[in-house]
Amino acid sequence: MTAELIHRLHFAFTVTFHYLFPQLTMGLALLIVVLKTVALRTGSEEWNQAARFWAKIFGINFVFGVVTGIPLEFEFGTNWSRFSQVSGGVIGQPLAMEGVFSFFLESAFLGLFLYGEKRISKRMHWFSAVMIWLGSWISGFFIIVTDAWMQHPVAYSQMPNGQFEVLSFWQLLLNPWGLLQYLHNMTGALITGSFVMAAVGAFYLLDGKHAAYGRIFTRVGVITGCISTILIIFPTGDLHGKYVARHQPAAIAAMEGLFHSEAGAGIVLIGQPNEETGQIDNPLVVNNVLSFLIYGTTKAEVTGLDRFPRDQWPTALPLLYYAYHIMAGLGTYFVALMIVAAFLLWRGRLYSSRWMLWLLLISFPLPYIANTAGWMTAELGRQPWLIYGLMRTTEGYSHTVSAGNGLFTLIGFMGLYTLLGLLFTVLVYREISHGPQPKAHGVETAIAG
Amino acid sequence: MGFIWFWLVAVMIVAYVVLDGFDLGVGILHLFLPRTEAERRASLHSIGPVWDGNEVWLLAGGGTLYFAFPLLYASAFSGFYLPLMIVLWLLVLRGVTLELRNHIDVGVWLSLLDGVFGLASAFLAIFYGAALGNVLRGVPLQPDGYFFLPLWTNWRPGAHPGILDWYTVIGGLVALVALTLHGALWLTIKVSGDLEKRASRLINPLLLLVILLTIVSLIATIAVRPASLNNFYAYPITFIVPIGVLASLTGIWLFNRSGQPMKAFLCSSLYLFFMLAGACWGVYPTLLPATTGAERDITLSRALSGPHTLAVGLAWWLFGMTLAVCYVVFVYSRFKGKVDVDAVH
Repeated sequence: MTAELIHRLHFAFTVTFHYLFPQLTMGLALLIVVLKTVALRTGSEEWNQAARFWAKIFGINFVFGVVTGIPLEFEFGTNWSRFSQVSGGVIGQPLAMEGVFSFFLESAFLGLFLYGEKRISKRMHWFSAVMIWLGSWISGFFIIVTDAWMQHPVAYSQMPNGQFEVLSFWQLLLNPWGLLQYLHNMTGALITGSFVMAAVGAFYLLDGKHAAYGRIFTRVGVITGCISTILIIFPTGDLHGKYVARHQPAAIAAMEGLFHSEAGAGIVLIGQPNEETGQIDNPLVVNNVLSFLIYGTTKAEVTGLDRFPRDQWPTALPLLYYAYHIMAGLGTYFVALMIVAAFLLWRGRLYSSRWMLWLLLISFPLPYIANTAGWMTAELGRQPWLIYGLMRTTEGYSHTVSAGNGLFTLIGFMGLYTLLGLLFTVLVYREISHGPQPKAHGVETAIAG
Repeated sequence: MGFIWFWLVAVMIVAYVVLDGFDLGVGILHLFLPRTEAERRASLHSIGPVWDGNEVWLLAGGGTLYFAFPLLYASAFSGFYLPLMIVLWLLVLRGVTLELRNHIDVGVWLSLLDGVFGLASAFLAIFYGAALGNVLRGVPLQPDGYFFLPLWTNWRPGAHPGILDWYTVIGGLVALVALTLHGALWLTIKVSGDLEKRASRLINPLLLLVILLTIVSLIATIAVRPASLNNFYAYPITFIVPIGVLASLTGIWLFNRSGQPMKAFLCSSLYLFFMLAGACWGVYPTLLPATTGAERDITLSRALSGPHTLAVGLAWWLFGMTLAVCYVVFVYSRFKGKVDVDAVH
């Protein structure tokens, strides 16, 4: 195993595990605002209690997000030192901004929201929820800005010593790639939040416990789920895909498994890319659709991988292809599921349609898979570049950190994160099985004594 | 510009040490000071709403270091690879155990969580002190500005030292004891009853240890790096820093004796500030000295980002940090006063 591979795996593993948490944080933050808003406007204690229940799960999830997030900022330096030296002047900025503009805000209001309900007014408590939502979405924005610069560098110049520096604050922040990716990504986070909330609601309805809360959760989850699953495809996914096709044509060709340039290119639904023969094995293709999706006409020519020298092909081509297909396939399923669920809700039959409740329940892991696959598509599509067109991945890792030292800490993270995953599951399972009912006071005094 | 950014980053690091310092200290004390479950909850509740925000200073400071001094960030983080990874694991364990405690009510598991939380806090304090020791002692920089340090070699601060040698271990001990004292002072502000009494009884012995270790570390620093006094001799006015160290230590003793815990805590914060400021001033304008020859030092001018980056950075940084300070003040004012043990859940 080469040092380069170890450092790539190191970042990939820790960032993939990390992002399981923030996607729920960001989605749930908005949904908690919805619950708190209804509670504030109607004065309903039930909706308030529903918000408190999700705040507990949010709190657990948030902490796991924080502790798995800290290593990432360090890993730029520890595992990718040459990249950091060259690009720090640019991407160090949004990373620092995340801390300064988002984390301070989030941590301040989270403390208030979770610990301070008795100390502040109802309106102030609602306001804290809004600020947490804002903080978490600002945080996502700065991370996307960072990634967008690596995908599509803007507003930079290179100094004689090889380092990049940023020329314009606003151009860096308003990188078109970043804006499209942000909309797509945040919609993805909202899908995770919606599916999780709907699944917990479906669980309570199927189980016959906490049915009143079950109805609130499925209702909110299905409505936001329906909106977000449509938005993820159109317009956000559509626009983002077209932008990738224009600026990273080799990436889109690899994602679609298009080895040869073609007018009226078809879309591959299923099939295995074969890099040796340069074709898709066992393909299931719908003619002309790819040309239409990218250019809006069925006749347009789509550039295939044959137009690019081999050393510019994404390095993990089959993985990229599968990641993209898993994301797109799941996205299609999400829309179908949520539209049917929303229809049942509208007709007043959702709470009694056990088959649909079952589908909602068992579907909750899928948005996690889709979000992960989406990020793999973005990052594998960028290869072989670390900064697209400017720096190759093989030039960026820490040359002073040997493969052995890198593997040592990678294994350490794997062990630690396995433990974290187990703990998280147990904790959330406990909260869900306890349910949203307020805690009985007898238990607590028994412990305190 | 370089001078400004040096001190901006330094201020953020000081803020991190002073703020996360007291919750690390409370963590260390958590190993032995609280005796009942109610006391343990009170002690943790004194840091519950703020520890996460305190840790943000590390991230914000790290990010600022990253864009203002990319070479230093790249070189130091990859060179201190192993200890930094251990620090990350400790931060993960510490955050998770603290949060888990709110959700678990089985005594055996609580004891385990308390133990892991306390030990992680103690090791973090030691590592931070040792890290500072490493920066003051210097590292074996190569001509390209990079290095890689093993965890230990022969425990001597020579040309090819390890992360841990006798000198950096002293740094670790200073940090351990100073932050424990800092945490004990915080507890005297925030908790009441027996726990407060026990915390306040610890203060004088801890203070004595801090004074002893401070003197030892000062002598050791001059022995390991005689040049660290040069700046002080060049600008004698800066001898105010060691005087500040002395004054703040005296302040802790006086205010603690007269029962003014808040003022004593502020003196302890000042002590940490003066110690770090003295260390920064001792190496300035070098950021990371080389044990392999002064011409390989990573200096301020060598590591500084380009002028455009720094101009862009300064504009949002001033605005953002003003906002951040407002949040911090707001949170601390919301949670001021003693922890209400009955409301702890």
